[in-house]
Amino acid sequence: MPRPFPQPTREGYLPDLTLFSLRGFLIVALLFSVSSCRDESKVDIATREKILLLGNGGEPKALDPHIVSSVGDANILRSTFEGLVTYHPENDMLHEPGVAERWEANADFSEWRFFLRKNAKWSNGDPVTAHDFVYSFHRILHPKMAAPYASMLYFLKNGEAFNKGEIDDFARVGVKAVNDFELLCTLDRPAPYFPDVVKHTTWLPVHRGNIEKFGAMTDSYTEWQKPGNQISNGAFMLTDWRINAQIKVRRNPHYWDAANVKPNGINFYPIDNNFTEEKAFRNGLIHYTYTTPENLIEDYKKMENTPLRIETYNGSYFYRCNVTQAPTDNADFRRALAYSVNQEVIVKYVTRGGQQPAYAFTPPSEDGYHPPDVIHYDPDKALEYLEKAGYASGADVPEFTIILNTSEAHKSVAVAIQDMWKKTLGIKNVKIENQEWKVFQQTVLDINYDVARAGWIGDYVDPTTFLGMWVTGDSNNNTGWSNPDYDRLLRESSLLSDPAQRYAKLAEAESILLDQVPVLPLYWYTRVYLLHPDVKNWNPLLLDNHPYKHIDLQSSKTVKEGAQ
Amino acid sequence: METLRYVVSRFVQSLFALLCIITITFFLARLAPGGPFLDEKAVPEHLIEQMKRNYGFDKPLPVQYGLYLGRLVRGDLGPSLGNKGFTVNEVIAEGFPVSFMLGISGLVIALLVGVPVGVFAAANRNTAVDYSLMAFTMLGICLPTFVIAPLLGEILGLKLGWFDVALWENSSAWVLGALTLGLYYSAYIARLTRGSMLDVLSQDFIRTARAKGVPPGKVLFKHAFRGGITPVVAYLGPALAGLIGGSFVVETVFGLPGLGQHFIKAATNRDYWLINGTVTVFAVLILVMNFLVDILQGWLDPRTRSNK
Repeated sequence: MPRPFPQPTREGYLPDLTLFSLRGFLIVALLFSVSSCRDESKVDIATREKILLLGNGGEPKALDPHIVSSVGDANILRSTFEGLVTYHPENDMLHEPGVAERWEANADFSEWRFFLRKNAKWSNGDPVTAHDFVYSFHRILHPKMAAPYASMLYFLKNGEAFNKGEIDDFARVGVKAVNDFELLCTLDRPAPYFPDVVKHTTWLPVHRGNIEKFGAMTDSYTEWQKPGNQISNGAFMLTDWRINAQIKVRRNPHYWDAANVKPNGINFYPIDNNFTEEKAFRNGLIHYTYTTPENLIEDYKKMENTPLRIETYNGSYFYRCNVTQAPTDNADFRRALAYSVNQEVIVKYVTRGGQQPAYAFTPPSEDGYHPPDVIHYDPDKALEYLEKAGYASGADVPEFTIILNTSEAHKSVAVAIQDMWKKTLGIKNVKIENQEWKVFQQTVLDINYDVARAGWIGDYVDPTTFLGMWVTGDSNNNTGWSNPDYDRLLRESSLLSDPAQRYAKLAEAESILLDQVPVLPLYWYTRVYLLHPDVKNWNPLLLDNHPYKHIDLQSSKTVKEGAQ
Repeated sequence: METLRYVVSRFVQSLFALLCIITITFFLARLAPGGPFLDEKAVPEHLIEQMKRNYGFDKPLPVQYGLYLGRLVRGDLGPSLGNKGFTVNEVIAEGFPVSFMLGISGLVIALLVGVPVGVFAAANRNTAVDYSLMAFTMLGICLPTFVIAPLLGEILGLKLGWFDVALWENSSAWVLGALTLGLYYSAYIARLTRGSMLDVLSQDFIRTARAKGVPPGKVLFKHAFRGGITPVVAYLGPALAGLIGGSFVVETVFGLPGLGQHFIKAATNRDYWLINGTVTVFAVLILVMNFLVDILQGWLDPRTRSNK
């Protein structure tokens, strides 16, 4: 049979993405202008009922504070559980009392006493006591539990030894319930920032009776974490969990500060795809998006009263270099690579989310640590180092590969860097290789790469959460880099209790790191998300760990509708 | 007797195929580099070892395989490693009804659109109507769902406000999902229907019917339709299985909690038991569908019964 029309090829029908975003913008503008004509949206109803609707990235791995590690999982746990100290709604450098009313440290910050409030209750009405915390710390550190994030509790004396099975007696670990309402933590090393550390999800308490009703203390996959079963001590409790659909938490009537909890509940939506999430936001289905697609950022920036928020985030984007093999084993060569990357161009034209060019590894914090200002784009310096590394020109550099986990965003950055190395240094044979996430993780772990993309989000506000990983043999080092002076400085810093002195010591260590550049710092993260105007008291936070009980919902529409 | 023997032999064949699929999946999943316990922030070696012991992954692979088959016979698909606290049975029990509803609605839409378009095009063969309909269906086949789905969301969801664009609970987004799947498959079905209708319409018994003076509408629907629809029915089995198991894109775009997402995520998470579980369910689905289609086809077309 003769074909009346030539068969269209697939290419011809692929949409032009620039046109897409333009149209996207027009539709956004249109929708925001007509949205008040539409019926009450889901968000309007939720605002009236004071239910916060949040996009939350992927589906949580678990809702057990001792086995999760992802940011999205921690967001949910922060609503249902409360630790000794909690996050301040406005400033991550400040502390909010949680279960502990107050706390004090000894002179060198190696012993901490937490005084628990007597009215703290579990969601079944049981009091929260110091014994609950001892039980929880025991549980997460127990070798059989195999909690992936147990190392957060290595701050406790003998915590590491117990976790590794070197000692069996938990009584030797540095935590003790002095009485029902006093908890004593003895640390492995002084940590003036310890209250920051205990805010982390790994330090949250669990209810012993609840855990053991559904299995042994160390079982990590029992029914206890399901809605209806889970007993928690936070402002909210888990009421619904449907995989890939939603997680709902509602007021915990027994919460000690229930009178001051603003929202009646929160729905967390695990929306993986950022385009879907953005559409859901425009559609009035959620109050907040976890992420924003990069190619829509410009459109949102241009909007009047834009819901777009761009905030500094406690994270660093960088490339690891394998220092155990050529060509990246040569420090001069690594310096050449570091100084030939124009970070300004990357954040301005590639990532476009207001990220900051990283002149160091640790992101600076306003009233805390300031890293040494070292890495800047400098083509002359880069060429000098290339020559010092023994290459007359970039053409002599042997072929090497940048590996990254498959993602358009990572790839764009890598392509830009590949181009910069080519233009500035004349290195022609840099390859880029995608690897699927788990394969990538294994490759990095095995140090089986030349240059590997990486990112690191700080667990608490202190430079040690960034600098600690470059110590010899740290499980997150994965570059093969080791420097005795660096290790010594970090060790020495941990013995200093005066913050200024300690920061100075850490800055000294960081300057070694930046001189040796086993890692090429690229930029410091920002959080880029969309927030509905109904959400009040949602403040920019460096760690992005919002304490939900303070967040209020008030309709922003009343005025607009009255005017119509 | 003949029929019974045929059915039994088909059943045994299916069972054998299923066993092969289960076995290959089990070993292939284990051969993939990386593992379920790797995390963005490195997990110390001693903890990974303990996790392996907790889940029985420290035993030799053939032993694990034996244990797995033993559990499978009892209907226990094992714990999910990526959704801790849930068993694979629970994960599938939650996801399957969503996928099933999406698939069935999609299939109904595909048939309601595809078959009439195909018949209509065949009845008007080689006219402008036929050409434009077929060009349109070609477009439908060429446009992948990841293009159609966002477009439908943008137009029917955001612009016209008829449906929600995402979420599951109290949300109409699944209709958009079903529509995307339905339109995509309707294009295939329309072309298939047209082709086979043309075949049938050119046969002698149709000419005889026309010569006898049977009105054209009756020729089309009474005489030609039953024969013309047979290939479509044959296509329904794999199509329905594909609709139910392969709706990953649609589920992602509209945020629907179906099986398709687990199918892909299990693989990327190295969630071994969930990989095996979803593949097994999908395999059973395809085998059952093909089995049913064979029987249905025999009923529709007597020729397939006689010259088996």
